[in-house]
Amino acid sequence: MLHFSLSAHEQALAYLVSAILFIFALKSLTHPASARRGNFYGMIGMVIAVAATLLGQEVTSYGFIIAGVAGGAVIGTILAMRIQMAAMPQLVAALHSFVGLAAVLVAIGTFIITAHPDAVMMGELSAGIVIGAITFTGSVIAFGKLQGLISGSPVKFTGQHALNAAMALATIGFAAHFAMTGSVLSLSLMTLIAFALGVTLIIPIGGADMPVVISMLNSYSGWAAAATGFTLHNNLLIIVGALVGFSGAILSYIMCKGMNRSIINVVFGGFGSGDETDTGAGALAAQRGVKSASVEDVVYWMEDAAKVIIIPGYGMAAAQAQHALKELMELLVARGVDVKFAIHPVAGRMPGHMNVLLAEADIPYERVLEMDEINSEFPTADVALVVGANDVVNPAAEEDKSSPIYGMPILQAGKARQVYFLKRSMRPGYSGVDNLLFYKDNTSLVFGDAKDTIEGMASALKGSGH
Amino acid sequence: MSDPIVALYVFVLACFIGYYVIWGVTPSLHTPLMALTNAISGIVIVGALLVAGAERAGLAAELLGFLAVLLASINVFGGFLVTHRMLSMFQKKKK
Repeated sequence: MLHFSLSAHEQALAYLVSAILFIFALKSLTHPASARRGNFYGMIGMVIAVAATLLGQEVTSYGFIIAGVAGGAVIGTILAMRIQMAAMPQLVAALHSFVGLAAVLVAIGTFIITAHPDAVMMGELSAGIVIGAITFTGSVIAFGKLQGLISGSPVKFTGQHALNAAMALATIGFAAHFAMTGSVLSLSLMTLIAFALGVTLIIPIGGADMPVVISMLNSYSGWAAAATGFTLHNNLLIIVGALVGFSGAILSYIMCKGMNRSIINVVFGGFGSGDETDTGAGALAAQRGVKSASVEDVVYWMEDAAKVIIIPGYGMAAAQAQHALKELMELLVARGVDVKFAIHPVAGRMPGHMNVLLAEADIPYERVLEMDEINSEFPTADVALVVGANDVVNPAAEEDKSSPIYGMPILQAGKARQVYFLKRSMRPGYSGVDNLLFYKDNTSLVFGDAKDTIEGMASALKGSGH
Repeated sequence: MSDPIVALYVFVLACFIGYYVIWGVTPSLHTPLMALTNAISGIVIVGALLVAGAERAGLAAELLGFLAVLLASINVFGGFLVTHRMLSMFQKKKK
């Protein structure tokens, strides 16, 4: 069918070009302006890698390959085009699970087609299967939690850690037996236990820690690819696996630091319910000494303000309020108000979640600042408008040593002259911790759907005119 | 050096590249970073192609290979396209 094929050396050189392109792709994400070009480098790298593999001497039949790529292209394209930006964490979790499962299938398939696998190769196969299987089921659970299919609360029972440790040991034991003897039974048991381990490792992690979980699974999916590379003696897979693995590991580290928690603490000590139960908002607020404000009150303070800082959180994503915020921003800017957006590292359900939603609404990224850049500006701000965020502005993190979130770096919204919370109810944030900022003199709560409230503010601003 | 040791060298050095490159990524692009790493970890498609297209693989291996190619392709197409979609949103604000 094909008249020429690549020698192993030519193929290896093509893979090297592909690896370099992937490194440049990641490197280009240092700035939004260069990032899109980087994505194209990535695409070219992938095309080269696939072409070099197909032109190599090992691939001899194309029927299943064409069917698989065509099916994947259709499904992948539909997913990418249809997904709402607010649902990005779910898409990312789903894609992690696919890499994990693919790594498992490749490892088992490689075992089947290899005539005389040696112990080293079977050991490497085992690593690929175990990491891939944990990535797969772990990501399925993460997807379920994000999509609300299963409860976000940490699932805990006595002997959980002992059970996980026993399962991990059993996995290693069966892997060792398989590597030494090639026993298909050990291979099967190892695979099944690894699938179960993915579930039991992720269910005890609470909803508040979702950004860490997503980053961790991102990392696992990279290690799974690297392990596949060891099995196949393919340096491209090893390099890409290491890049992705480290990317996820660094994001996990940044997320943990954003919550002042260690990765060990996140993995073993889940907290946060994540279940959003409403309690009678207004009445409970009054009873606890919280002031509530109307849309008009907020507009009154904002229209003559010099500086307004908006703090978005997951509630903005849930209410799809980013487009309304953009309109509000434009109206305020037209009146000469300096409007900025303050992003906490763990705002939302995955790293950078808020930035993407604000970008979707066409809010210029020059106005969107990270925590370290903006914290010094709160004392000079007239209004801090908190849209669906909670824990990330809770002064308990700085003041209350007994609080579970004590030590977490926060956005110091409380230092602004006026603080307005747009909230659906009095329920605490994802961590389940009450917010001390609600009870400060300069804080008022505006109850209602964030999107409706912001649209109300925008129309009030338009109405008041100049 | 034996093959596995060479592979280990490649792996460890790539980890260092990953470390330095990823720390340079701006926090505002962390979500696109994840989507892009989703796409490029679709590189397991190389392994999937070798299984699905192997000579005399047998039906079992071919089916496993087919499924792996399908899943990895979803990652490749879905990952690159959604990254492109997100980055376009960041881009158009350059006025």
